Amino acid sequence: MADLSTSFVGIKSPNPFWLASAPPTDKAYNVVRAYKAGWGGVVWKTLGEDGPPVVNVNGPRYGAVWGADRRLLGLNNIELITDRPLEVNLREIKQVKRDWKDRALVVSLMVPCTEDAWKAILKRVEETEADGIELNFGCPHGMAERGMGSAVGQVPEYIEMVTRWCKENTRMPVIVKLTPNIADIRKPAEAALRGGADAVSLINTINSITSVDLDLFAPEPTLDGKGTHGGYCGPAVKPISLNMVAEIARNPETRNLPISGIGGVTTWRDAAEFMALGAGNVQVCTAVMTYGFKIVEEMISGLSQYLDGKNMALPDLVRRAVPNVTDWQYLNLNYVTKAVINQDDCIKCGRCYAACEDTSHQAIDMSAERVFTIKEEECVACNLCVDVCPVENCITMRELAPGEVDKRTGKPVAPYANWTTHPNNPSVSAAE
Amino acid sequence: MTNTPLTPGVVAGRLDTGQLAANFADMAPPLGVHEARVAADRCYFCYDAPCVTACPTAIDIPLFIRQISTGTTEAAARTIFAQNILGGTCARVCPTENLCEGSCVRETAEGKPVEIGALQRFATDTLMAANTHPFTRAPASGRKVAVVGAGPAGLAAAHRLAMFGHTVALYDAKPKAGGLNEYGLAAYKVPDGFAQSEVAWLMQIGGISVVHGWALGRDGNLDDLRAAHDAVFLGMGLAGVNALGIAGEQLDQVLPATDFIREVRQASDLARLPVGRDVVVIGGGMTAVDAAVQAKLLGAETATIVYRRDLAQMPASRHEQDHATASGVKIITNATPVAIHGAGAVREVEFAYTTPGAKGLEVTSQTFRLKTDQLFTAIGQALGETPSGLTLDGRKIAVTGPGRTSLPNVWAGGDCAAGGDDLTVTAVAEGRDAAMDIHASLMGA
Repeated sequence: MADLSTSFVGIKSPNPFWLASAPPTDKAYNVVRAYKAGWGGVVWKTLGEDGPPVVNVNGPRYGAVWGADRRLLGLNNIELITDRPLEVNLREIKQVKRDWKDRALVVSLMVPCTEDAWKAILKRVEETEADGIELNFGCPHGMAERGMGSAVGQVPEYIEMVTRWCKENTRMPVIVKLTPNIADIRKPAEAALRGGADAVSLINTINSITSVDLDLFAPEPTLDGKGTHGGYCGPAVKPISLNMVAEIARNPETRNLPISGIGGVTTWRDAAEFMALGAGNVQVCTAVMTYGFKIVEEMISGLSQYLDGKNMALPDLVRRAVPNVTDWQYLNLNYVTKAVINQDDCIKCGRCYAACEDTSHQAIDMSAERVFTIKEEECVACNLCVDVCPVENCITMRELAPGEVDKRTGKPVAPYANWTTHPNNPSVSAAE
Repeated sequence: MTNTPLTPGVVAGRLDTGQLAANFADMAPPLGVHEARVAADRCYFCYDAPCVTACPTAIDIPLFIRQISTGTTEAAARTIFAQNILGGTCARVCPTENLCEGSCVRETAEGKPVEIGALQRFATDTLMAANTHPFTRAPASGRKVAVVGAGPAGLAAAHRLAMFGHTVALYDAKPKAGGLNEYGLAAYKVPDGFAQSEVAWLMQIGGISVVHGWALGRDGNLDDLRAAHDAVFLGMGLAGVNALGIAGEQLDQVLPATDFIREVRQASDLARLPVGRDVVVIGGGMTAVDAAVQAKLLGAETATIVYRRDLAQMPASRHEQDHATASGVKIITNATPVAIHGAGAVREVEFAYTTPGAKGLEVTSQTFRLKTDQLFTAIGQALGETPSGLTLDGRKIAVTGPGRTSLPNVWAGGDCAAGGDDLTVTAVAEGRDAAMDIHASLMGA
């Protein structure tokens, strides 16, 4: 069993699997169940300032996108920060931390944009002996209209300012949670760093409407005939999050800024991918809201087996793929592959043929006996056939060796060359 | 209940009415909405899908399954009915494991095909339950077509011809329309009067008048029909049954299996339908299975199918064979009847084992006898009276292309015509295709 214990900005946990600030971490009951199930840490659902508690809607607060067999692929929510009294949350946090010293317990916070408001809450959170705080600059609905959440996260200057207030007023590590609802994720990350953040966590949810009720003609979830945009999460958002994590990890300004990866983490493999792209740990929400806390057992055993199989320690995995994330212009334009269909595995559904013939490069031949073969002289190696094939690894991409003739171009495979030196690149000729 | 499975002879009421009702309930209960969605999600929407190729009526199966999965079951039903107006019966009785499901790529991949038959039933039941008819009749063409036989082929032809606006006179020898759907299928496959509901639903197209109790040759001849109509479609099926041609065939309780199947289907009270204690069925097709299984379900102590070749060659599908054995039917293979013994009624039937030889099946000298008080023969059916002027192909009406016979303006399809697999679904395809050809011929002329 690989050692999965981690120390993220000095916060120790037995494994890198934390629960994100969300409904599963709203109260002691859930958090204790999560710890018992094996979760390494939790970020307690966002606390607001003292006073009349936040109110939530009393109709449906989630919308969903499903795949085959009604697998939940995406979830959207219009829930706000905790609607329980601050005092109750703080008392429970203190008790839980006291009972579960080996687990990470970070408290998510969102208060109005005044230093006094932040000072006041930081003092009270410190008294709980929680391990750290996470600044919720990401929530895209409800709180943003009140000048909090993503309203702060979308303005780098505000991020920097609030982060600095926090760093100046607490000894606890400060994690800044970023909203993806911006054009360039590097800007808010840089702002957080300037403000002194110990880490960033991302992504928060994405602004979204999941579906429309075609009888009521209203967005879903629908309340009394109306709907509003909510925050989208779950497996569907993972690709967006992975890119944003990688952007921060490879940005020279922020490359040393620790990252807690969030967004569609469902299996050990998702977690490993986030870590390879620069995350020091991951936070999970939709997966437990779909399957319950028990999935952490698979995540622990899976990541252990993977690391053991690779003979790697967990820190070896973190950032391992970052050097291989590059810009399009540096990709090797002389790298040539061709699709290969394994006839033994082929079940003859013909989806590769439909995809290639209808929408791509007419590079698959279909015989009268439904034998599907690649026409290498047409194949541009786009990979679409691989992606639509229902049988994993039935279609693979064969790498052509240097010197081997590409039947499509009639030219032998040449050594590495990219767009920056390509004759068709106007900026190359301009430089000459 | 005075009788039991052990009561000797051919008697009624071997089982109580509750047991009989359970035995003859729907063999494959319909999918619920959730089950249908889950089953539909498994379809890969194949290109030029093998299931469509395998379907004699070429129903666009991936399309109708996608329509189910997107919550438009009525559209799915329309896709089915556009190709096969008896899609409801076919969903229940098609040997799908040899047709669509047998060619499903998920059968190849996992040994578990998409449940196409069950999904087809889900779609067709949904639309038929709403009692709406998805097609409308074209304006009257002024052409008249006679259709002989209101079985699957005749009904399919009549419906398609009526859709085109032709006036159809549908003649049938029996008191009810439906043909084998009504008289020739096991009761548990099409319970609750489904065949009659389906006929009534189909007739909503309009333009079809049915003449019951009219048999070709007995009540009218082909020349008269040709004189009175612009075209004739023959789909009267096979009225005759093949004989064993062995001693003792004339004994009481030696009967065609089709007679027994018809009696079970038409029985108003199964508790009053007599059945033997030891029932033997000679044959290897679906008729043999339907007879043997229903004899068992009626309370026969034993029901035995004896087939002259081996299991692999048995015309009844593997699924049918399994259903028979799971129902308590014993299957004996490689044996052929040589004599029937008894005094008055059958008492024993004597078989000789067979062995495959160079020139076909060879009968060995090894024999055995089975105790039986009811013997059903299911060794194939034959054309009844053949109208003069028609060329035959073997013992059936010769046809070329879409059911064209040797006579002008006479088409034929279904079991009475040569070719095809004697399945409901092939009969439907032949009736439909002949109707398309008749229409082209009438309108092009």
